[in-house]
Amino acid sequence: MARRTTEHQTRVGPTSPSGRRAGPLDVDAMLADRRTGIIVCCGSGGVGKTTTSAALALRAAEQGRNVVVLTIDPARRLAQSMGIEALDNTPRPVTGVVPSSGGEAGRLDAMMLDMKRTFDEVVESQASPEKAQQILANPFYIALSSSFAGTQEYMAMEKLGQIHRDAKKTGTYDLIVVDTPPSRSALDFLDAPERLSSFLDGRFVRLMMAPARGPAKLMTAGFSLITNSLTKILGAQFLKDLQTFVTALDTVFGGFRQRAQQTYSLLQADGTAFLVVAAPEPDALREAAYFVERLSEDGMPLAGLIVNRASPAPESKLAAEEALAGARRLQGDGSGSVAAALLRLHADQVRLVERERELRDRFATAHPQVPTAVVPALPGDVHDLDGLRQIGDLLADSASAG
Amino acid sequence: MSDWSKVQLHVVTGKGGTGKSTVASALALALAHKGKNVLLCEVEGRQGIARMFDVDPLPYGERRLTTGLPDADGGRGVVYALHIDAESALLEYLSMYYRLGRAGRALDRFGVIEFATTIAPGVRDVLLSGKVYEAVQRNSRNKGAIDYDAVVLDAPPTGRIAQFINVGGEVGGLAKVGPIKTQSDTMMKLFQSPQTAVHLVTLLEEMPVQETIDGIAELKKDRLPVGGVVVNMVRPRDLTADALAAARAGTLDRGAIEAEVKAAGIEVTPTLVDDLLLEAREHAERRALEDEQREVVRGLGVPTYELPRMTGGVDLGALYEFAGLLREQGMA
Repeated sequence: MARRTTEHQTRVGPTSPSGRRAGPLDVDAMLADRRTGIIVCCGSGGVGKTTTSAALALRAAEQGRNVVVLTIDPARRLAQSMGIEALDNTPRPVTGVVPSSGGEAGRLDAMMLDMKRTFDEVVESQASPEKAQQILANPFYIALSSSFAGTQEYMAMEKLGQIHRDAKKTGTYDLIVVDTPPSRSALDFLDAPERLSSFLDGRFVRLMMAPARGPAKLMTAGFSLITNSLTKILGAQFLKDLQTFVTALDTVFGGFRQRAQQTYSLLQADGTAFLVVAAPEPDALREAAYFVERLSEDGMPLAGLIVNRASPAPESKLAAEEALAGARRLQGDGSGSVAAALLRLHADQVRLVERERELRDRFATAHPQVPTAVVPALPGDVHDLDGLRQIGDLLADSASAG
Repeated sequence: MSDWSKVQLHVVTGKGGTGKSTVASALALALAHKGKNVLLCEVEGRQGIARMFDVDPLPYGERRLTTGLPDADGGRGVVYALHIDAESALLEYLSMYYRLGRAGRALDRFGVIEFATTIAPGVRDVLLSGKVYEAVQRNSRNKGAIDYDAVVLDAPPTGRIAQFINVGGEVGGLAKVGPIKTQSDTMMKLFQSPQTAVHLVTLLEEMPVQETIDGIAELKKDRLPVGGVVVNMVRPRDLTADALAAARAGTLDRGAIEAEVKAAGIEVTPTLVDDLLLEAREHAERRALEDEQREVVRGLGVPTYELPRMTGGVDLGALYEFAGLLREQGMA
């Protein structure tokens, strides 16, 4: 349990002296390092992953790299400003990229992931046209490809793999930035490829395929008991559709598993940098902690933590309690509503800043090895390249400011 | 009189990070008037309820959680909690309807339970919402179960909500005949009836408001009843419109503020006054954005409720405070 103190600078956990803490995350060094080929931004929903990914991609491009950013569900106006309103699963050039500090700008492409389209493409590339048609029309496939928990995560990884292979062949991009879907839990995103292939390998699926494969001897007594009870519960058509689906998918089996494995190794490779994005709130930081733990368990290269939307710390040292007491005194004599309101605002601000710092400190105590960048909240929403540039500057400033 | 007195099932959804679990919990406390039993359910497997109410992780089983917000005369109802997971729901379903005998064990042995709950498209959602349905319309097979006056569901986020409760569409499309089909049709009847209300939680920011608009459109498309919009984390509003305008324009009277702060018994430094003016300006800018979004939310034509931002975080006391605010505004 963390101790509560007011002097945050001196608060150091017994197992993690501040000397061993990783310090700030140097975003510009990461972007400038040509070995960084893939940046994956992950984190829970609503923490600004999409904006962070776009801002990093733009910054890298303006510093001369050739970048493609793969986003999942950008805010409409941000998507418009990047020219990716249409969900066509193809990277589109972003206009308005200007070189920073006299150098030469690279290029920036952006695309929005169409999960179903990506899934369809995989099927089409793996199966004969006839088989593919059969799969694409199956109600189970339709449900699986559009709603299976984890499909979106898997497809984001699949698309990353595709773009990476193409980029390697043609040399179009030297950096791919991926925005991951807001997973229900940290596990979804890393487990998706594994889950999909274990699904295809599952006992039940193999049993479902057995009859179609041939000898009826595989139809054990146990299995007919199952099919009978499933037919009773679900209806015969359900089972028939399922069987057709599983059998048809069998054709693309090997391909799926192999690709999932490839993508997984790609993520583990040195050229990949994972960034965990969070907001300074207990839930978001708890999710961030899960991600950090999972990434290290799976041997994924974690570059750091980005804490978005931090409340800016006031310069002056006026404590919240003192400001509130002052506000009360002012209201007591019936005058000065503006100053009283400002003092209350100040007290709110101080409390927010203290709470956020405490949360970040706890995180750092538990995960001292994670370099962190803290991005102050902007008053407005980000929906153009200027806004992204501003976020990029704040990300980079975080390193120099410490 | 509550705006939703006929509603038995309150589904609370919202974009990630808007605080839908907080709102669902507060709503459950607010609905628990004297003599009423309210069930608060969660389906995402995150044990958010347990954390919020500071109790041990919830099992698959209804637990007495706490008492509701007191009425004017001090009377209060009881809030129960239930954590629903798909696997337990399936096993319960099978034993309730089909008596888990040899077939049930075989289903497990052949990985069907695992298949159904983790992989089979839509089945997971149906199992989860099926249990919610059972809690609202108690099944005669479930002997000795509590009859709830209201059930509050801490539901999946806005992006998935229509899909989550539109079980007719998902499974109905796959199972065209048979008991599952009949049952999902019955469930849909409840979910589409005025006994259900899907409330959306939002912040006064562009993205969450946009997601609320999209969510409402999707609910309407599936003929699911749209409830109210709960605007969460609203900033304090004690500056007048004039002062806000001046703060934005940077024309607040510095001298007057200095004098007042001094009168308040606080040592005035230039840094402090700079801070106050800067904070006022940022606050005013955000307030202007909030007001814009508030207009958009008003334009949706559904009842709206507002909850303030808690700078110290939301603890149990804050939940009761929120419950009181929801009651005052007529949500419960």
